[in-house]
Amino acid sequence: MPDLGLDVLFKGKNMLRLLGGLWVAVKISLISVAISIPLGILLGIIMTSKNPIIKAVTRVYLEFIRIMPQLVLLFIVFFGSTSALGINISGELASVIVFTVWGTAEMGDLVRGALISIPKHQYESSAALALTPAKTYIYVIIPQTVRRLIPLSINLITRMIKTTSLILMIGVVEVLKVAQQIIEANRMSSPNAAFGVYLTVLLLYFIICWPISMLAKRLEKKWG
Amino acid sequence: MKIEHLTKSFEDNVVLDDVSFTVHKGEVIVVVGPSGCGKSTMLRCINALEPIQGGKITIDGDEILYGSKNLSSLRQKIGMVFQSYDLFPHLSVLDNILLAPLKVQKRKKDEVIKEATELLERVGLGDKAKSYPRQLSGGQKQRVAIVRALCMHPEMMLFDEVTAALDPEMVREVLDVILGLAKGGMTMIIVTHEMQFARAVADRVLFLENGNIIEDADPDTFFENPKTERAKQFLNIFNFERSKEK
Repeated sequence: MPDLGLDVLFKGKNMLRLLGGLWVAVKISLISVAISIPLGILLGIIMTSKNPIIKAVTRVYLEFIRIMPQLVLLFIVFFGSTSALGINISGELASVIVFTVWGTAEMGDLVRGALISIPKHQYESSAALALTPAKTYIYVIIPQTVRRLIPLSINLITRMIKTTSLILMIGVVEVLKVAQQIIEANRMSSPNAAFGVYLTVLLLYFIICWPISMLAKRLEKKWG
Repeated sequence: MKIEHLTKSFEDNVVLDDVSFTVHKGEVIVVVGPSGCGKSTMLRCINALEPIQGGKITIDGDEILYGSKNLSSLRQKIGMVFQSYDLFPHLSVLDNILLAPLKVQKRKKDEVIKEATELLERVGLGDKAKSYPRQLSGGQKQRVAIVRALCMHPEMMLFDEVTAALDPEMVREVLDVILGLAKGGMTMIIVTHEMQFARAVADRVLFLENGNIIEDADPDTFFENPKTERAKQFLNIFNFERSKEK
């Protein structure tokens, strides 16, 4: 068996540092998702509007965010805010901003899709039962939408966690950055450590994302 | 209920052209006519699910106006059942029935549960209260939809081709429920393609074609001696179908 240099993980607090880095990634994703969900629901409802101007504006927002590489967005917010606005924000804050802007767009599109997938006769039979439009949304439309939405938004969380691997580029010390630091520090003693350490990082991402993804699948089955 | 000069069009296409009739308390009106004659649209207009271009619909003297503020209180007087059994899939049978009485009429929960259970019992679904719509057959769903509408204590019921989407063997169980309602004195407007049922249940038959009422008669007169050539032709189609089946 080739030397994977796994021993470096057990030097000092290296494993703990790696887990700490993972926590940074997960924390940023969770905060961003927590903000994205309410904003996305709002955006999704707005996107079903019949007003052509509102439709066009939200469409452009969504397409723009999707087309732009997240890394470019991160650079714009992190470096751009300093040079253009003269304010200095932390890498973590910049990450949360970008992930929220991205998550809101994706979430909005999911909400829009879930809303328009509710058949028209659900609205009509609610109306025939004398439910006002507000009550129709509260008791009939939103509960059905949420059921369709939860599995999809859980998948969005895993996508966000994976995408946090980009934020080391704006100086956030997350799991991948910690891995790099460990490898650098042990370049002399364990020159082969890169493979083993990155493999461990891969495993950590998997351990976090796999249960989330399984949960989404189960919920999808249960409510589908 | 009074319908006066009701006119409805989708863009340039006139669907209902100056339709007028009065529904008396306890009367069962069956509306028949070829597909696309405006039968369903008429029911939808009566319950203000569609905006209308002209005319006036009133119940107990109050105008039912699309988009008006008091629509919710007027709609409580009208129960409606649709062709596509439209139960709420995320709620159990009982919760489907309870939703509007509790949230719109703000009635007491135990009282409504009692009534809902009795009504379910009466339509032969006493054991289905905890089931979800996806676990029911089409005929069962449609009976639940009828109970759901009845639980609001409507003054009248509208049935929009409620058996059209059902398998033939389930049609009967739904029609029996409606027949029972007719015997109980419920005011109803029924749109249907089931001619034998129409004859059995109706106090009055309206024959609609191209958005006009061209016959308005008691069922015996309509089915035996239709006045217009169009109604004769229409009824002949059904006779032919029946003779073919034999």
